[in-house]
Amino acid sequence: MTGFAELLAESQVVICCGTGGVGKTTTSAATALAAATAGRRACVVTIDPAKRLADSLGIGELSNTPTVIDGPWDGTLAALMLDTESTFDEVVRRHAHDDAQADRILGNRFYKNVSGTLSGTQDYMAVEKLSELSSSGEWDLIVVDTPPTRDALAFLEAPKLLTRLLDNPIYKVVTASNKGLIGVANRAAQGVLRQLARVVGAAVVDEAVAFFQAFQGMEDGFRDRAQSTLELLSDDRTAFVLVASPRSDTLDEARYFLDRIRSADLDASGVVVNRMLPATGVGTERAAMIEAELAGSPGASAATALADLAAAAADDEARVADLAESAPDAVLVRVPMLNDDVHDLDGLGRVADLLTADAPSATS
Amino acid sequence: MHPSHFFSSSNVLIVAGKGGVGKTVTAAAVATAASRAGQSVLLVEVAGRSGAASLFGAVPKGYEESTVFEETEIDGIRHGSITLKSITPDAALMEWLETHGFKRLVGRMATTGLLEVVATATPGIKDLLILGRIKAFEEAGAYDLIVIDAPAAGHAVGFLRSPAGVRDAAKTGVLHRQAVEVLEMIGDPDRCKVMLVTIPEETPVNEMIETSFAIEEELGVHLGPAVVNSVLPDLDDLDHDLATLAAGADLELTDNERTALATAADFRAGRLRLQHEQLDRLGALLPLDQIRLPHRFGSSIGPDEIAELASVLTTAIEALPEEGDE
Repeated sequence: MTGFAELLAESQVVICCGTGGVGKTTTSAATALAAATAGRRACVVTIDPAKRLADSLGIGELSNTPTVIDGPWDGTLAALMLDTESTFDEVVRRHAHDDAQADRILGNRFYKNVSGTLSGTQDYMAVEKLSELSSSGEWDLIVVDTPPTRDALAFLEAPKLLTRLLDNPIYKVVTASNKGLIGVANRAAQGVLRQLARVVGAAVVDEAVAFFQAFQGMEDGFRDRAQSTLELLSDDRTAFVLVASPRSDTLDEARYFLDRIRSADLDASGVVVNRMLPATGVGTERAAMIEAELAGSPGASAATALADLAAAAADDEARVADLAESAPDAVLVRVPMLNDDVHDLDGLGRVADLLTADAPSATS
Repeated sequence: MHPSHFFSSSNVLIVAGKGGVGKTVTAAAVATAASRAGQSVLLVEVAGRSGAASLFGAVPKGYEESTVFEETEIDGIRHGSITLKSITPDAALMEWLETHGFKRLVGRMATTGLLEVVATATPGIKDLLILGRIKAFEEAGAYDLIVIDAPAAGHAVGFLRSPAGVRDAAKTGVLHRQAVEVLEMIGDPDRCKVMLVTIPEETPVNEMIETSFAIEEELGVHLGPAVVNSVLPDLDDLDHDLATLAAGADLELTDNERTALATAADFRAGRLRLQHEQLDRLGALLPLDQIRLPHRFGSSIGPDEIAELASVLTTAIEALPEEGDE
């Protein structure tokens, strides 16, 4: 693999992961735009874009279907700002045996907690949407901007969110008691539920029990779906791209991310480091010497600016080189710090060019 | 404002902000400045992996409380101790159940996955119990000031909204009582304030403004001064004539170096211009005192840098009006 453009050309799915505040949404959108420029049909699924960027893409509202964005590219560019709750509702309706079962679940308060506030739900629904878009056959490349999280695996664990709840012994007991099986396990569980009611109140427990009862018969559908989604995520044509910035704390997080991805037998195919300072071509020591010599003379400020920049750029570069070493097979792209937040298509186009520029970007 | 007044005006200071704005560093500097003002400080990390210990040159101790700075007297001035503590949501939930008479339930929770059901049935329960744990520290009074390094990634509002959410979801039971008590603490400015941290860039500034209004108006939690981190020092005379750049200096510059000087000057001038725009915007849209912490050039941050930031913070606090003077 030589560069980011090649990585994109070989991928059908790109998952952009990383901590918050590193420009992940911008990188995701620019990645999709780069693919569209290369003539492909590309769609980016974002979770929570900055408002100005979303507005300029024409995706200011939550939605479940991609919005096609017009522009001077040969391919197609579309974007979607994921509506987590209604995506979840759709999933439930798809798996339900009939409308009555779906309605019972959708009206349940415990379910509303699951679909609205449960951590991991955003990841889960992003993966669901990815699956759906992928199987539609309408897209050559789908880019997913993952929710900010510390744990890269949250995204991989997400499809199991519901099935893990359904593997809960409480669920088994609750649904078993419906079938008239009263046993030791059941009595013990009833005791636990009674205790639980003292903690959170009886109404809350009743809603949870009703949720599990309403779910009966849908487990297999969800389990199968989780399985096929995991297969899509571990497919060869699915690329994980880690987005980072050269700050020491975010690079520490990035390294942690890489370790976690590797622990799941996956590899990051790309590492994008945003906000790189411009290289000056002047060494740190020489810059410091110039600063000392020019102190008090015209150009003293310029010399201070140069000394600051040279030192900071050298530190950034050293840290990024360290990160590159821990992901030797990944394509490394350095994106220079831009003078303003990216909030329109022109800005995204510039980032797309920087991502795919023919720079010596492959690490060896 | 005298720093000792500032740091004794609330028992709990919650340091919150978007990921990547230097929240942990700010929390460590706040703890250090408070210690210098004579306060014994508990610095609580709630975000999982602990980053504060290394900022004090200490080894992370996990979930144990560990004192990284002992109470001492320097130049006749008492410096309070600094103790670190990490709280995880799961540990907070288990601990709370154990101390509230649900010991048997805790055993079952671990083996049955019930924890997940409880957390799902009552969204916000984990955040609430972290706040509950902090309240227990506050009431015990073993520390003069408790500084919280709040959850990252814009979850501060959700974190602070959790007690009201749980109070409304669990209408009865011991959890309901806990939520009501935590609400009393976070709504009382003598007990708890939030210090928001941002950096002088567009998106983080927007986020700070939105978060501020949500926290104060929607949640009724009081805000301390706004901390703007990573502020580049101003440089005058960045406009210059390349030809006269090194005039008078006893130094031969290569053409490349002259170009680099111009590039660096332009780059810095551009960054400063954007920074001023954002600082002005923040000042215009958010009626809070601002505390500015300098950008750090170069290498990683350790005890020396935290000590330096604490000095800047102290000076900035001294420049704030005394309460009631405004």
